[in-house]
Amino acid sequence: MTAPVDETGTEQAVRGRQQSDRRTGPANLAVTLVVLTVLLVVSATMGLAIGSVQVPPGQVWGILTHALGADWSTPDWSGARETIVLDIRAPRVLLGAVAGAGLAVVGTALQALIRNPLAEPYLLGVSSGASLGAVVVIVLGVTWFGPVSLSVAAFAGALGALLLVYATARTGGRITSTRLVLSGVAIAAVLTAVLHLLLLTTDRGNEARAVLAWTLGGLGGVSWSTLWLPSAALLLGIGILMAQARNLNLLLAGEEAATTMGLDVARFRARMFVLLSLVTGILVAACGPIGFVGLMLPHIVRLAVGGDHRRVLPTAALGGAVFLIWADIAARVVAAPTEIPVGVLTALCGGPFFLWLMRRDARRATDRGGS
Amino acid sequence: MTAAELDIDGVTLTAGAHRLVEDVSLTARPGELIGLVGPNGSGKSSLLRAVYRVLRPATGQVSVDGADAWSLPVRRLARTVAAVVQESSAEFDLTVREVVAMGRTPHKRLLDGDTSEDADLIRSALAAVDATDLARRPFDQLSGGERQRVLIARALAQQPSLLVLDEPTNHLDIRHQLEVLGALRRLPATVLVALHDLNLAAYYCDRLYVLCDGKVSASGPPADILTPHLLAEVYGVLSEVTIHPRTGAPQVTFLPQ
Repeated sequence: MTAPVDETGTEQAVRGRQQSDRRTGPANLAVTLVVLTVLLVVSATMGLAIGSVQVPPGQVWGILTHALGADWSTPDWSGARETIVLDIRAPRVLLGAVAGAGLAVVGTALQALIRNPLAEPYLLGVSSGASLGAVVVIVLGVTWFGPVSLSVAAFAGALGALLLVYATARTGGRITSTRLVLSGVAIAAVLTAVLHLLLLTTDRGNEARAVLAWTLGGLGGVSWSTLWLPSAALLLGIGILMAQARNLNLLLAGEEAATTMGLDVARFRARMFVLLSLVTGILVAACGPIGFVGLMLPHIVRLAVGGDHRRVLPTAALGGAVFLIWADIAARVVAAPTEIPVGVLTALCGGPFFLWLMRRDARRATDRGGS
Repeated sequence: MTAAELDIDGVTLTAGAHRLVEDVSLTARPGELIGLVGPNGSGKSSLLRAVYRVLRPATGQVSVDGADAWSLPVRRLARTVAAVVQESSAEFDLTVREVVAMGRTPHKRLLDGDTSEDADLIRSALAAVDATDLARRPFDQLSGGERQRVLIARALAQQPSLLVLDEPTNHLDIRHQLEVLGALRRLPATVLVALHDLNLAAYYCDRLYVLCDGKVSASGPPADILTPHLLAEVYGVLSEVTIHPRTGAPQVTFLPQ
């Protein structure tokens, strides 16, 4: 290499080379995905096995294959165990996987659309908007849309909050991290206050307590009959986002640059906002606001496979599913027999991660300013 | 890669009540390298933004090969016109190769993958700006000059017939300034480039447009228009202009007062 090193770039160039060597180019996507899929199967098995009643993993598979009609093992388990695995834990593990995957891809796309690494549905108040929408429906007893009324209201709340945060954080075509986080926090605070006000003043006192627990985010109480909607939302979301992965990449180059490469930025962002609010709303309606999954997963995944959305989205989905299954296992186990809302646990990991991310970004900005 | 004709016809650009550019007309014939020069705030960047469809003209028209640039679908235009803009980008761990690959997007349909033809185009775009060695480096960690070259490579990968660049030689050391302008010179495409350095502009461009206060003060071949009189009027500086014996291009020497 004969490229001359300019006087400002020496140190940066050396650091850059070390960094790129460590990453050895784009990591092999196929290997990452296979490893994560295996991890997902193992995690789901553990999710079915661990709890107040321990079921050995071998027996879990026996019950599963038996239920699917394959007689690979003789049924040597009690009917109660079968009910626990199939009717209580299985929908819960599935919802954990669906919600984890969904929140991770929503976070990934939101970070590209808002062009800010701290964007995340929970931090931006989008989840609070969804919660408020859902609570309004519960308190007023509205059922205009039948069984999906809750999800429709959560979607509307999510979209409203997202648009509000976006409009308040944006000045002169730019969104700084400070403004984004501040408007997110402020709007989330207001929405949560309204939500609490509604709950405390409603005359349905016993319902309020259950709803309050739901606002902490949890996967309990799910049944097979309510699982289809979050699953459909996830598939729709991932499908559309994967098809739009190139356009999400373009946004990383900046809005003007994205326009010069053929993206109608305003229209694209509006459509994606609707999609992301829909997925977030449906997930929040199903399991309450679960924070920081959408923040942590995309960043961890980018360290492994780089920033191209065609790689990040599928990897983040699998990683998010694995993460939330384990977070839920922990939620069941750490304080047994008391069950901790899984949102409390994700916030426990996510808060420190957020602080680390903020300091890293500040450090990068200083490095750049100094060069 | 072919070359397109650019016609800017009586374009006025405004920001609120403020006029950025007033009644500017400019023509770039296919294959020409046109330089846009002028002091800071003279409207160079604004005029370029009207061409790459970020700032809509209040009056007047921008046409590329006779078609109104502002009534074509954005994606259609992006297959003809590429740009290197002045804008910082976010931090998202893309490699240099991935950044250049973005340039292929307007030529792709929804789920198209990257073909070996794309790979070839990306490789030759990187080679054209002497950035082959950078391909696997994270874009975030490049120096300002390296980034600039990569962004030019991205525009080249777009295979434009008209390339618009806003001060592409900023941050570049002199060797890379010459290399980048040389690469633009060799392109079959029509090129419209805003430049600060009058001597580089005089050497590389077929014709220059001099902007001052949002209006065209002069236009034509560098040797015809770069005069001490014009430079005094536009920049308010004293200068001497000679024809350099080796390059044959006008050479501006500024005379500090």
